[in-house]
Formats: sequence, C-alpha cells, structure tokens
Amino acid sequence: MSFIKEFWEFLKERKKYWLLPIIIVLFLFGGLIILTQGSAVAPFIYTIF
Amino acid sequence: MTSILGISAFYHDSAACLLKDGKIIAAAQEERFTRKKHDSSYPKNAIEFVLNYANLKLSEVDQIVFFEKPFLKFERLLETYVAFAPKGFISFAKAMPLWIKEKLFQKNFLFKKLKEHDEKYISEENIFFSDHHLSHAASAFFPSPFEEAVVLTADGVGEWATTTVAIGKGNELDIKKEIHFPHSLGLLYSAFTYYTGFKVNSGEYKLMGLAPYGNPIYENKVKQLIDIKDDGTFRLNQKYFNYATGLTMTNHKFHKLFGKKPRNAQIEKITQFHMDIAASIQKITEEIMIKLARSIRKEFNMKNLCLAGGVALNCVANGKILKEKIFDNIWIQPAAGDAGGSLGAALALWYIEQGNKRSINLEDDMKGSYLGPEFTQEQIENELKSIGANFEVFSYENLINKTSEYLSNEKIIGWFQGKMEFGPRALGNRSILGDPRSANMQKNLNLKIKYRESFRPFAPSILLEDLSDWFDIKTDSPYMLLVSEINSKKKVSMTDKQKKLFGIEKLNIKRSEIPAVTHVDYSARIQTVNKRTNKKYFDLISKFKEKTGCPVIVNTSFNIRGEPIVRSPTDAFSCFMGTELDYLIIGDCILDKQKQDKNLLNNYNKNFELD
Repeated sequence: MSFIKEFWEFLKERKKYWLLPIIIVLFLFGGLIILTQGSAVAPFIYTIF
Repeated sequence: MTSILGISAFYHDSAACLLKDGKIIAAAQEERFTRKKHDSSYPKNAIEFVLNYANLKLSEVDQIVFFEKPFLKFERLLETYVAFAPKGFISFAKAMPLWIKEKLFQKNFLFKKLKEHDEKYISEENIFFSDHHLSHAASAFFPSPFEEAVVLTADGVGEWATTTVAIGKGNELDIKKEIHFPHSLGLLYSAFTYYTGFKVNSGEYKLMGLAPYGNPIYENKVKQLIDIKDDGTFRLNQKYFNYATGLTMTNHKFHKLFGKKPRNAQIEKITQFHMDIAASIQKITEEIMIKLARSIRKEFNMKNLCLAGGVALNCVANGKILKEKIFDNIWIQPAAGDAGGSLGAALALWYIEQGNKRSINLEDDMKGSYLGPEFTQEQIENELKSIGANFEVFSYENLINKTSEYLSNEKIIGWFQGKMEFGPRALGNRSILGDPRSANMQKNLNLKIKYRESFRPFAPSILLEDLSDWFDIKTDSPYMLLVSEINSKKKVSMTDKQKKLFGIEKLNIKRSEIPAVTHVDYSARIQTVNKRTNKKYFDLISKFKEKTGCPVIVNTSFNIRGEPIVRSPTDAFSCFMGTELDYLIIGDCILDKQKQDKNLLNNYNKNFELD
C-alpha cells in the first residue's frame, strides 16, 4: 500500500496524471509479460533504464 | 554522531559509502569484491565493508540514501516510449517486465536486501532517494576545497538530465540548468565507442586513447549529428541514433553517413578510419566542454569549477579546459562515474537536506581517494602463506630501496599497499609500476602484463615538486584526471620521415625521455604524488629519482584487461602468477616470480571477459 501512496504522491507532484492509465494497463498485463520474458537486460548495448 | 550510508546500484557501477558527521569514512565499489567488472548488482559486499570499517551495524545507521530516483526514471522511460511509439516496442516489451517486477519497487527491494545485513533493521523509513545528477554534483562540490563553485556534471543519462549546471555555496547546492535525455554528450561518446567496436560503458577510455593516432577529418560529419550552440548546449539529431528506443546505439543512417558499419571487434582490426573517427568525436567533445565551461564562467562569474559524471573522466577534455584558463581552479571528483553517486547522495543528504554546516578542507576531503579495504601486515602474511606464496619480509627502507632498484632495472612490479582506491583509477595503492625511461615498457606492459591493445597509453606518477620540469602544467592532479603535454625540454623531436608516419606506426618512435608514458601526441595523463596523501608511494618515487634522476614512474591499474582492480592479497597473487610481472610487493613483503612454485602459475587472462 505504501508503494501506491508514494507513487500517487509522485504523480501529483509531477502533474503527470496522464501516465496513470498506461501504468494501470501495464500492471494488468504485467503478469503476462513477466511470465513470457527472458533476460530483460542482456540484449541492450546501453541500458537507458 | 550521525551516520549516513550512500548506495549506488542497479545501473552501472554499484558502490557504497559511509559518512560519519559528514566526514567520508569509507567507500568501495562492488566489482572489487565480486570480481565482475562494472558490477551493477546490489552492493552487499561493499556495504558490509563500509559498515565493518565504521564499526557499525546497519540498524545503527541513521539514514540510508540511494543515488537516484526510480519513479522519475520510470516517468522518463514511459514518456520516451510514448513519444517514439510505435517505434521502440521491442525495447519497451523488454524493459517493462523488469520495472514492473522489481525496479519500481526499489524501496521495498532495498529494504529486504538491507535487512539481510542485520535483522534488527526493521523500518524502511530512513531510506531516502537522491537525484542522479544532484548526487554527481554533490560528489564534486562538497569534498572540493572551494567555498563556492560552478558545478558541471555530464554523463549518459540519469533520470531525465544528461548535463547539469549547479551553483555550490557553503552547504548549499542548486541545480540551475539541465539538458535532458535524449540529448546527451555521454551517449554521443558512447555511440562512437560502440561504432568503433569497443564495449559501451568501459571502452570510452580506449576511444580517447585512440584519438591521438588519428586526424579529426570527420568533424563536419559528426556535426551533422549534433547541433552545438555558442554556449555549449546541444541537441542530438535522433534520426541517426537508436538508443532511445532500440537495442543498439546507432542506426543505418549513422552508418551510411560515415560509410561503414560498426566495427566487429571479433573479426575486424582497428584501422586509420577508426582512429580518425576517434579523433573527430574527441575534438567535438572538447569543443562542447570548453564552450560550456566558457559560458557558465561568464554567466555565473565564479572562479572555481567542479566536475563530475562519466564525461568528467575524459581527462583529455579536462586538460583542455584547464589549458584554456577559463577557470582559476578546477576540482574533479575521482569517482566521477556512477560509483561516486553513492558518495554524492550521502553528502547531499547531510548538507542540503539536513542543512549541516560545511567547513572547507584544503588538504583533501577525499583522503587521496584511498577509502577502500586495507590489510594489516599480519593479515597479508597469513593470506600469502595460505595460498602457498613464497615471500620475504623487509624493513620500510629496505623495501623502498629494493623496489626502486627493481624498477630502475626495468623490472615490472605489482604494488599493493594500504587502502584501496575509490573510483576507476589506481593511484599507487593497487598499481602495476614500471620504468618510464624504457623504450619497450609500453609494449611489454600492454601485451605481456595487461593483455590489452598495443595502442593504449600509460600514465605517469610524478612527484608534485618536479611537475613543471617535466610537464606543461602547474596544477596538482592527484587523481590522474588531467592530461597535459610533456615539457619541450624532455621531448625528442621527430625526423621529417617520422612525422610522415601514420597512426599506430608512430608508437615505435621514441618521443621523449620517458617514452613509456608519452602518448603519440606528446600528451600524458598525469598523477601528482605528495607526501601527505601517500607517503610510501612518494618515498618510492623519491628513491627512484635518487637512483636515476627521473621523478616519474609508470602507474597502471593492478589488473588485466576485463578484470576489476585487485582488492586482496589473494587477488594480487593470482594476477602476479597469471601475468609476466617480475615482482609483487604487498605491505612489507616482496615476492620474486623466480622463487614461486611453478605449479601455481595460471592461465589468468582466460578468467575475464574481454572489455
């Protein structure tokens, strides 16, 4: 719960409410993506994240 | 007593640092413990080390601070993907699971990991998050000897910022300006590192070292990639790059512009083309850094400059800023890369957030950057005995005398003393040393000891008092972060025939009285040594000078290509037995290669992935 509260505070502070629908969809489908993923970092030459 | 634990992790170079009442007590990079170069995993060993060194349990630490803000980074990622959509879907699909699974929940993840150090640590309420570039700026300003300064940071990317200008005054530090992703000088340099066939994030030094062999004939083409304004600010033309949304740095338009595909290091040799490319991007980098420095000097009218961020490790550009005399004084954080973010985050919390008073330390707040693990003579002897090493123990004077004798006879020495350095440079405590007067030293060190490319230069360590006699520089450079030209009195002029030689052919010409540390353009990456910060190293060079008249020795990091710098006597012994080092000096012990058990020789260079 503290994560949701902190993330909401972050969106409020940054006034980036438009990111919220993207994040909700990501979390809804997140489980699926996680199930099908391999290594997430290895193919990148420079991980920008 | 207030203690702060600073952590950098999960990106490039993990590290931990501990402050007590604002004083830097200890700091180390995780790679030195795990033996995995640029290790970005949770710095368990580094944290354990700094806590033990400060005699603290984790539950006794007052605050813990992480060097960047994960939420802000996630925002940048999402906005970038939205801006470029539908391009970048593959990158998006690979990045998101990692974020949704762990990176977004970094506070929780950190808490769980921290709890493994001490089960009495029960609340995550003392975990804070700094900002990536604020951490860099704080690491550059607060340990500097300046009451006030302009702070310039530049690297690949943090959250949004890639370049920042901040003003530091007393215990305050305000970021005034930022250049945001995807416009990044660090990423531009890394794009060329990739293009010339080196590994991004570690091969940038190689590109810089390659530049003097080439001519900047592609300067105008590089300028098609980047729009540089008079004040040094810039924008990259994203048409040529792939890093924002793809899995490589550059794209086919970039390759078409320069007429070749990226070099495949496995099958392609470095040619004059790659040298000219290196020279061109190095020239542009210097142009940007100098223009930025000029404009911020004019705008803020301050005489001191502090530098940090990965680009601040470009010591050639640093040397040019110094030579242009734009600022009266320059101070560069020795751990300018992400490892130093742990230190900066802790300092930012102590000074900016908590408002503690700052007193300037003119001596060196970084303690020469000797902030890592050290071993007592007893520990060294026990460890050497347990691994079957043959060694003799000598008094201080005899050890210095013998080592300088070996050096003057062109022997190559592994030198392991005192506390390990924090940051990418070996500064005389975990170093390989040689005689700079030797004509074959550079080639021998590169090929027989370090197993790396023959073009790569070596750095000199010089007694501070002899600096201006040997190099065209008067500024103290204790962290090997400034490049200067060798003094004209010490140069050996090239014949007309030699001047016509190209690229790597220049390497075989004796260019100065100290050829092993003189690059083909007569430059050298200097480390000044003084008695105050490293007495033993100072005494060794002084003795070498007494014997030879030369106050300079070759100093390169104690490792081979692809290996993190050695941390322990065991690491040092393994490297010694796996290379053609002649002697190993650890503490008061001298190990002679001839006297070692031949069965302990190992095929060392197979242990590390080439960088």
